[in-house]
Amino acid sequence: MSFLKLQGVTASYGPTQALFGVDLALEAGEVCALMGRNGMGKSSTIKVICRMLKNSGGSVHFDGRDLGPLPSHRAAQAGLGLVPEGRRCFGPLTVHENLIAAARPGPWDFARVCDLFPRLGERRDQVARSLSGGEQQMLAIGRALMTNPKLLLLDEATEGLAPVVRQEIWAAVKTLKRESGLALLVVDKSLAELRQVADHAVILERGRSVWSGAMDALDRGVADQYLGV
Amino acid sequence: MGRETVLNIVLFAMLPATALIALLLDEPFIITLVTKAAILALAGVGLNIALGLGGLVSLGHAAFFGIGGYAMGILASHAQSYTPLMEVPFLIEGTKSMLIIWGVAITASALAALAIGALSLRTTGVYFIMITLAFGQMLYYFAISWPAYGGEDGLSIYIRNDFPGLNTLDPIQFFAIAFGVLTVVLFMAARIARAPFGLALSAARQNAERVETVGLAPFRLRLVAFVISGAVTGLAGALFADLNRFVSPTMFSWQTSGEIMVFIILGGVGRLFGPVAGAALFILLEHLLGGLSDYWHVYLGLLLLLVVLFARGGMIGTLAGREVAHD
Repeated sequence: MSFLKLQGVTASYGPTQALFGVDLALEAGEVCALMGRNGMGKSSTIKVICRMLKNSGGSVHFDGRDLGPLPSHRAAQAGLGLVPEGRRCFGPLTVHENLIAAARPGPWDFARVCDLFPRLGERRDQVARSLSGGEQQMLAIGRALMTNPKLLLLDEATEGLAPVVRQEIWAAVKTLKRESGLALLVVDKSLAELRQVADHAVILERGRSVWSGAMDALDRGVADQYLGV
Repeated sequence: MGRETVLNIVLFAMLPATALIALLLDEPFIITLVTKAAILALAGVGLNIALGLGGLVSLGHAAFFGIGGYAMGILASHAQSYTPLMEVPFLIEGTKSMLIIWGVAITASALAALAIGALSLRTTGVYFIMITLAFGQMLYYFAISWPAYGGEDGLSIYIRNDFPGLNTLDPIQFFAIAFGVLTVVLFMAARIARAPFGLALSAARQNAERVETVGLAPFRLRLVAFVISGAVTGLAGALFADLNRFVSPTMFSWQTSGEIMVFIILGGVGRLFGPVAGAALFILLEHLLGGLSDYWHVYLGLLLLLVVLFARGGMIGTLAGREVAHD
């Protein structure tokens, strides 16, 4: 079985159904791009994987475990590290406090996170809410890494950032792929950047996975049809 | 050194300084007042772990204060009447050892906090406030209807309990005990706030869902904080009962819960020395205004209103600045 496997996942927010059948498979150490236009169910899929939203149908398996019955903190303990949309750091805590609050033993510690994002080391004692958007994003990624996950989920990690900061984030993602051996599930709108990091892609359309395959196989026609680029 | 640190040092030094000046002026009543302030501050530090760090607005902390008080009252009353607490299935005697009484008070209030917290922390907001209030009132009425230990009249203890090497009947020595306990608990509270547990608890107060996504269970964090908080408040209750050599159901009343919360709000929610400042101010007002009018609580209410409306960080926040204010 795949490291992460979603089969026929359906989910709703109250009476409003958001996912109508999502299939996704990711192997250990791979990078998968989860793509689609706005409102197609990318973030909902991430929420289902992290158990912040319960699936009403289908199944979610991760590292040989059925995530279905688990609450979200147990799913995180199983090895899921989420970098949520909108960064969402703990504003009144300092950079260091944000990072150690949820730290779990493993290869990722404060020093290693600062190696990846030297600016976090420089801002160690600064409260998170006073950081720039890019620094908060770095902190959100660092916080997820400090939990020493097996799979890192990046939900719109570069959204709303200045181009130069986006480049820094993408450089860090590439470093993670190259050096950490972590599996990555990346939600982003930048097809050009995703082509450089992702091994394969899944495209969602109206809450369904409508295309999946190797990143190289994602040609202009598919991109035009589903992503509007 | 930040302004808040300087202020904390001043506040910390003020209690023993006042007690020593009172000793020099031969004013034992003032020493007793300062001792009372230190003990009430201890209760406030206990509640502040739940309220300030965890955002748990408990209106039932008098339950733990009362349990600590009654732990002292029951054990000491059996010791003074030379009757065992129980004989079957095994013999338990009363005791006049302050250290043993503290151990019992801490254990009993921690266990009560575990049971009350396990149930009440499943709710949030106004429901949490109401369920903690209900538990406090339940114990209040239980104490009233418990004739074996004085019922509504309470229980008098004729001699203060023993502490190794000290004469506890001497006001300054009893103050030293209370201040020593307060110091240890303040140090512990500071360590908790800076430890990953305290940081995670603080993060859970800000956003529980976000904390879950990094693998932490907010319920468990809050329950542990509630138990620590209850245990500290219970210890304060045991000391308070020893100070007065008297326990009564009033220790369990919702007014007591409210007063402990008032110390924190006056001093500064989430500030390490907030309860110390609040309790000291409360005792000062009680002493000064209480002499002028029986209705001195009106002035206290007015002050509380001003703090809530214009000084959300309490005394510490107003004097030290808002940079670390509780949000």
